[in-house]
Amino acid sequence: MASPMRIRAAAKDGVTEVRVLMSHVMETGQRKDSAGEVIPAHFITELTAKHNDKLVLSAEFGPSVSTNPYLAFKFKGGEKGDKITVSWVDNKGDSRTDEAQIA
Amino acid sequence: MRKRIKAVAVCVGIALTAPASAQEELNFDAYREMLADGNPAELYEMEGEELWRTARGPNNATLEQCDLGLGAGVVAGAAAQLPRYFEDAGRVQDIETRLMYCMETLQGIPSKEIIDGKFLQGERAKLAALVAYVVTHSKGEKIAIDLSHPKVKEMYELGERTFYYRLGVMDFSCASCHSQDGKRIRATQLPNITTREGAAEGWGSWPAYRVSSSQFWTMQHRLWDCFRQQRAAEPIFGSDVIIALSTFMAGKGNGIEAKWPGVKR
Repeated sequence: MASPMRIRAAAKDGVTEVRVLMSHVMETGQRKDSAGEVIPAHFITELTAKHNDKLVLSAEFGPSVSTNPYLAFKFKGGEKGDKITVSWVDNKGDSRTDEAQIA
Repeated sequence: MRKRIKAVAVCVGIALTAPASAQEELNFDAYREMLADGNPAELYEMEGEELWRTARGPNNATLEQCDLGLGAGVVAGAAAQLPRYFEDAGRVQDIETRLMYCMETLQGIPSKEIIDGKFLQGERAKLAALVAYVVTHSKGEKIAIDLSHPKVKEMYELGERTFYYRLGVMDFSCASCHSQDGKRIRATQLPNITTREGAAEGWGSWPAYRVSSSQFWTMQHRLWDCFRQQRAAEPIFGSDVIIALSTFMAGKGNGIEAKWPGVKR
């Protein structure tokens, strides 16, 4: 199972800044191991972020994104205590959803 | 004749000023600041916290009774006072060796497994995650190791000797790269460890997450690599030479804030 994300969200002057740190190998499929075998691709393909139940960010990720990706974005609105939900799906069908409250 | 001398003088002038301007261009502080905002070392810290509380090993015990020097189970501020002398172990220990000792005595996980293991793998990787957890709870603390203890003092002196000791096929010492201001290897600026600030910068920024290789390195790992880079014999994990160098750096940097865990290019 995938490891948890670390999500921090803070509202200021009607804008919420969300910072997400994900734990993922983000293997490109281009690398070879010490035995010369190709390391199979394993990376996040889709990511969504919701404010309460409203979708605020939908992104397509690919193999060019680094290991343990860090994502920061802002959206209008959001009050202290509101729920932020971030989910991702990878090319092997693994997924992970984590929640945080706006501070 | 006079003209030629002048020309030479101008050349020397250029040669001296060039590295200085190159260094300004290679200022990675802003970049590092951006990275620090989402330092993936946090992921290791989370893993380490989990490991601290999970019953593991042949004894099926947690590490919650581990004494890092401030009493059993006290993590906050402990890293800032390591290395220190531990009565129960009978030696000066750094974070890694102390945690290794706890893993053996409390959980029954043999230290040999870690000492003979490889970096970033198996129990040694788990130990690194625990280090991430422990140092994060000393973030912003001032380095405060007890140099008044004779055993610690002895280690400090051994570390100082090791720092200046030239060895290996290239006849390098730590001091070859780390005893002048403004030195660098490629784009990495090297702290001058003979100064208080430089020592604190070196000691207080490891363990660190290395962005380019997506790896989390502890101080034992960093120093092992310093020896490897000098083409010297590779030190044994947790051996006194590494603890001595650590004690030297920490002792020299005493009183300055540590920035654990670091983030590197």
